[in-house]
Amino acid sequence: MKNLYLIAYLDLKESIRAKWFVIYSLVFGGLIALFFIAGVTESQVMGFSGLSRLLLMYIQITIVILPIFILITTVRSISGDRDSHVLEYMLSFPISLNQYYWGKIIGRFITVYLPVVFAMIIAVVYGAFKGAAIPWSIFFLYTGLLFAMSSAFLGIAFFISSFVKSSEVALGIAFFIWIFLLAFIDIALISLMMQQRLNEELIIFIAMINPMEIFRVAAISLFDPELTVMGPVAFYILDSMSQGVFVLMSILYPLFIGLVFAFLGYKIFTKKDLV
Amino acid sequence: MIKVSNLTKKFGSHVSLDNINCEFKKNEYIALMGANGAGKTTLIRSILGYYHPNAGKVSIDGKDPIKQRVDVLKHISFVPQLPPPIKLSLDELMQYISIGAKMDKELIMHYANEMKLDIKANLNKSFFKLSGGMKQKMLIAISLAKKSDIIIYDEPTANLDPKARDDFYRLLKQNEEEKVLLFVTHRLEEVKDLVNRQIYMDLGKIVSDENV
Repeated sequence: MKNLYLIAYLDLKESIRAKWFVIYSLVFGGLIALFFIAGVTESQVMGFSGLSRLLLMYIQITIVILPIFILITTVRSISGDRDSHVLEYMLSFPISLNQYYWGKIIGRFITVYLPVVFAMIIAVVYGAFKGAAIPWSIFFLYTGLLFAMSSAFLGIAFFISSFVKSSEVALGIAFFIWIFLLAFIDIALISLMMQQRLNEELIIFIAMINPMEIFRVAAISLFDPELTVMGPVAFYILDSMSQGVFVLMSILYPLFIGLVFAFLGYKIFTKKDLV
Repeated sequence: MIKVSNLTKKFGSHVSLDNINCEFKKNEYIALMGANGAGKTTLIRSILGYYHPNAGKVSIDGKDPIKQRVDVLKHISFVPQLPPPIKLSLDELMQYISIGAKMDKELIMHYANEMKLDIKANLNKSFFKLSGGMKQKMLIAISLAKKSDIIIYDEPTANLDPKARDDFYRLLKQNEEEKVLLFVTHRLEEVKDLVNRQIYMDLGKIVSDENV
């Protein structure tokens, strides 16, 4: 256990010093700052305003950029260390592969999750300071959704990292997965599939297995009960199950995906040649 | 202490180790030589438990370095040919090693000092920002401080100046008793006073193995 925390702690420290982390934190912190400067909190669009509006904007952008940030920065975690022979040296000490792998995941999870949540906390604190009403239900939903979303993509990234030998290939695969999942958000391919009159159950199934789509629908569903800004698949999904059940599923399912992929990655990591 | 039995390791169609059999016992100081691609590094990595063999096995004091890696690696020190670009600071690296391998930080400092590396002045510096020679000195200090029964060096003096090489060989001479010392080297003349066994490898096979 001591080694697990040590590896998590050292990975966290190493990541925090890295340039990518500075950019990552600036992007999310900068987004919030930009929204305040742009007066998003003052505007009223489609019946919601203030901090709720700001959080909605934030989450809409986060849907697109958080997965690719996590994939790109994490996918090289093990494959990069393997590439540069760091893994060869670090694993020459009596550290179990179990502790090394899961320690890295914990460290990296804290690194990717904290800046996005911290940006929301800044928004809430600043909003409260300005006298705005705090939308706590939305805040907690987003905290949970971001946790689940980060888990899903972190798990996928570690899975890729565990079997790819070169970090360039790992990056290529990560980028492909991001584009692929993004394309299946219902503004794009799914709408096209509906146009082509494909079986609606198949379309909904494809949408439901995509953590990005689940995240998007759950994030907007609290705002837009009339579904005016949501896509057709989102309408079907919320029509076939209650909002509460769907929100619960939108947190548990990506968490499950993340754990499954992380575990598969661990199995590959232990069964394949280490260097 | 180390027993390699019928070990074969392939990478795709390339046979890197071809049915290797050898044994390394206490107080054997071995120079492992051979041309590039002969299989020396693959053999070392197999001993360290990094590779899953296609056939045969390695055992260290009767233990499997893959299945019992933690137990096995407690007794092995390893210095690679090129210091890897570890981003941890020296302090963090020592923390990793002292907790992970239950080593004494002070002992690392002691051997670093013997190697003329001033750790205290560089504690917060990233390992990869040190010069090649400083990195190698640090890895050597760690390997000696670990007080392992088996010490594996893959061309450890590549980045060292003549003075540092002398320091290294002096320290090694003081610390070699009751150990297995395995040197991968292309320069036998440098280690010939230290070793008592020479192994030549070629195309994944041991072509010569003699005590000197």
